[in-house]
Amino acid sequence: MSRVDGAPLLLDVRDLSIDFSTHDQGAMHAVENVSFMLREGEVLGVVGESGCGKTTAMLGILRLLPVTGRIVSGEILFGGRDLLALSESEMADVRWKDIAMIFQGAMNALNPVHRVGDQIAEAYVQHASKADRASADERVCRLLDMVGISRNRKNQYPHQYSGGMRQRAMIAMALACTPQVVIADEPTTALDVMVQAQILELLKSLCDSIGVAIIVVTHDLGVVAEVCDSVLVMYGGIAAEYADVDTLFNAAQHPYTRLLLDAFPDLTRPKDRLTSIPGYPPRLNALPPGCRFAPRCPAAFDRCHVEQPGLSQLGRFHSASCFLVEPK
Amino acid sequence: MSATPILQVQDLCKWFLVKKSRLGRTPQLFVHAVDGVSFELGRGDVLALVGESGCGKSTLALTLMGLEAPTTGSIVFEGRNIARLKRQELKAMRLHMQMIFQDPYESLNPLMNIGDIVAEPLVVHRLARTKAERLERVRRALEGAGLKPADVYVHRRPHELSGGQRQRVVIAGALVLEPTVLLADEPVSMLDVSIRADILNLLGELRESRGISVLFITHDLATAGYFADRVAVMYLGRIVEIGPIHEVVDAPAHPYAQALLSVIPVPNPRQRRQHIILQGDPPNPIDLPQGCRFRPRCPVAFDRCAQVDPPLVTVGDGHAAACLRVA
Amino acid sequence: MSEQTQTTSLRGLWASLKRNPMAVAGLFMVLFTVLLALFAPLLAPYNPKESVRVTVDDIYAAPSSAHWLGTDDAGKDVFSNLIYGTRVSLTVGFFAAFISLAIGGTIGLVAGFVGGRVENLLMRFTDVILVIPDLPLIMVLVALTKPSLVNIIIVIGILGWTGTARLVRSQTLSVKERKFVLRARSIGAGNFYLIRRHIFPSVFPLMMVNTVLVISLAILEESSLAFIGLGDPTTLSWGQMLNFAFTRGGMSSGAWWALISPGFAIVWVVLGLTLLGQGLEQVFNPRLEWHHLSKAKRMVRRIITRSVESDKEEAS
Repeated sequence: MSRVDGAPLLLDVRDLSIDFSTHDQGAMHAVENVSFMLREGEVLGVVGESGCGKTTAMLGILRLLPVTGRIVSGEILFGGRDLLALSESEMADVRWKDIAMIFQGAMNALNPVHRVGDQIAEAYVQHASKADRASADERVCRLLDMVGISRNRKNQYPHQYSGGMRQRAMIAMALACTPQVVIADEPTTALDVMVQAQILELLKSLCDSIGVAIIVVTHDLGVVAEVCDSVLVMYGGIAAEYADVDTLFNAAQHPYTRLLLDAFPDLTRPKDRLTSIPGYPPRLNALPPGCRFAPRCPAAFDRCHVEQPGLSQLGRFHSASCFLVEPK
Repeated sequence: MSATPILQVQDLCKWFLVKKSRLGRTPQLFVHAVDGVSFELGRGDVLALVGESGCGKSTLALTLMGLEAPTTGSIVFEGRNIARLKRQELKAMRLHMQMIFQDPYESLNPLMNIGDIVAEPLVVHRLARTKAERLERVRRALEGAGLKPADVYVHRRPHELSGGQRQRVVIAGALVLEPTVLLADEPVSMLDVSIRADILNLLGELRESRGISVLFITHDLATAGYFADRVAVMYLGRIVEIGPIHEVVDAPAHPYAQALLSVIPVPNPRQRRQHIILQGDPPNPIDLPQGCRFRPRCPVAFDRCAQVDPPLVTVGDGHAAACLRVA
Repeated sequence: MSEQTQTTSLRGLWASLKRNPMAVAGLFMVLFTVLLALFAPLLAPYNPKESVRVTVDDIYAAPSSAHWLGTDDAGKDVFSNLIYGTRVSLTVGFFAAFISLAIGGTIGLVAGFVGGRVENLLMRFTDVILVIPDLPLIMVLVALTKPSLVNIIIVIGILGWTGTARLVRSQTLSVKERKFVLRARSIGAGNFYLIRRHIFPSVFPLMMVNTVLVISLAILEESSLAFIGLGDPTTLSWGQMLNFAFTRGGMSSGAWWALISPGFAIVWVVLGLTLLGQGLEQVFNPRLEWHHLSKAKRMVRRIITRSVESDKEEAS
């Protein structure tokens, strides 16, 4: 891992487990024993298909889970403190000022009757301590500069912005209090490929210029290959594989990762046949016993259906949860 | 490609009226959604139509299907110009050209069961009058779309099926009339990646076994690359480049195609190439610029580009691009 | 909408409705009233149509063991009147609402589907009817014809369809744009087929919900009319009871039972219908319930109900 090797550790998530309680189906294990690290200036990609728990895990980090969600166990070490041990008011201090999040589809959730500049200012004023009118205004202008929106669009309304611009506005909002970590949930889904390229370039340049660490949650492996330094692949609520981006794409060990890579069309390597993964991702209320991927895994054997594999360390920054790679 | 193309489109235009002229003083404003599109589709061919939002590809699909009346131009399908057909004749044409939609969650009426949904084309066209006949054809269509055994699905409701299964139902619904041309409008973009290959492979099989031609509309060139023979790149209502897929991908001639190809994310970090990232957003199809419509965003535009609207010129075998630089 | 599909069966509907205690209360209130109406002869201690010999003491007699809610100005048992009154109110409610539904539904469907000038014309016509003040018009109509129950039902019906028309039109407009309608059109379906097979079934649930509320409005209108003396004097509706109680010395006699009882009955049935109607509305229009929740909550709901729709939003 060339770029961020040796950079100080910002966020250390250890064995995070999140349950959802339902009124008739017991507890659903949405996230189970997920661990990853984030260094200064690093871009981590969290990849998985629908229902794998990636968004839930991110909400868990910010402790923004809904009432039915509960963090069962784990530690989230940030700045020397365990975020899970903080009180609500202490956590509110961390939110946005240290860790900010761009929610999925947020660009469509901008309030249509308020000016964009005002909405960005709101994010700043609510969290910063001594923000008076003037400084908020100046801050908004600088944020707009940072994300590539011209300053005189500050007083326009969301409908006057294009999709890509709205997403940039959301990025500006997330950066309002100069956080150290920004979590971007599906930042480029539903955007055109050219606009997607613009947004990804913006994220990369922000990483370089202001040194913010970014977690990109996505289902698009292409995006991950473009911008990420390290990758966490999630499946059915667990961490299937965690590695730096080069290792993941070229030496993946978990069967799911390999199949996922094979399912992605690659323009530079036209293949005879794209593979798909038979079956469907597991329902959180009907998890299979043993390895969560076993029902769909072409390499599954008896033990896989009975026992859940733990995380095996495969290298300094490479781990996978699969019996096939377990050290004997 | 065999001799006569099954579909020939010539200078097709579809404009939408935006502002009526008041007493003839102010000129009428139109959205030039499709502004002079020409291409051919051979039997058993797969042509991918690629472009970003606002390029007019969906409007083009609707116009080809007869769901929107074309403003000018011709659509010759199996020898007949269907651009100016009356309702009844258009209906007969539908037996041969069917459409697959993008959203498998919305394309199926949630109140109907799968059997009825797939049988709907038969009912509308008054084919297979008896229930038994209909059921038989529905079964064949469902199994042709990979939903086996068909009987398990016939009585289910859409919400009981997954996205991939629903899309197969849509395909079955299109297959039941045994069409010769399929218009697939983003058939896999709303599906999970691990399921997309299934649907694409299914379409490939249908093309092999039944000789169905496919017009594959997508914004995702990578998917198109996997499945299509030829690709046409659209920008602001026009085709700016068209040619065999590998030629266009390896050596794009039009600057827009070049930029598009350079930014398509490739799932391989060792291939982080030089990106040509166009700034801004695609302009409005109302206010078209003078000369080449790509000029405002073109990284290599020069003076003449503002005066001349470049026509499609041949740059290789079956490969053409509309750019003054290659003329 | 996944929730919509869950309610296509009656059992699914009941399961969804159960979650809203107010709606269940409303349902029971309405059912109770319906039962009263059906079994009135068995439940009412006296038959209001039977003539009784009355003495002065029998008029506006206070509640007693013989007359639970006392007697009215003609010496008749208020309680029995009340029970038989359910028949009148429900009859008026249902039939007037039916007329409104037929007119409003048709106009809304045609306007929404056809669009253009036809839609404009129909909607402006609706606006005109909406703007006409009901009461003076009814007074004129009733003065011109005889004040029978049938005429009252007709008049309430032909003035009460405007809300339904607007609702049905907007619903039709939105259903018309849905992809499965486009698909049917691409198959070659004609307009009548589209309306019959796709648009009407999707619009119908909300029409039904609206009807419940229209019924309550119709009952309220009839009561108001009867109260001001425009009702059918031969039928004893609750409004009529109130009318008699006010105009025939009920206040001065201090006969509170004759005033409160019919008033309470009107409130009971209208409240029940309203609660039921709003509950049904939440069931059939689930976005109403959710839109104020944050994205995170909505996401959790999806995980919990695990409808397949969740795949869509995350995959897109």
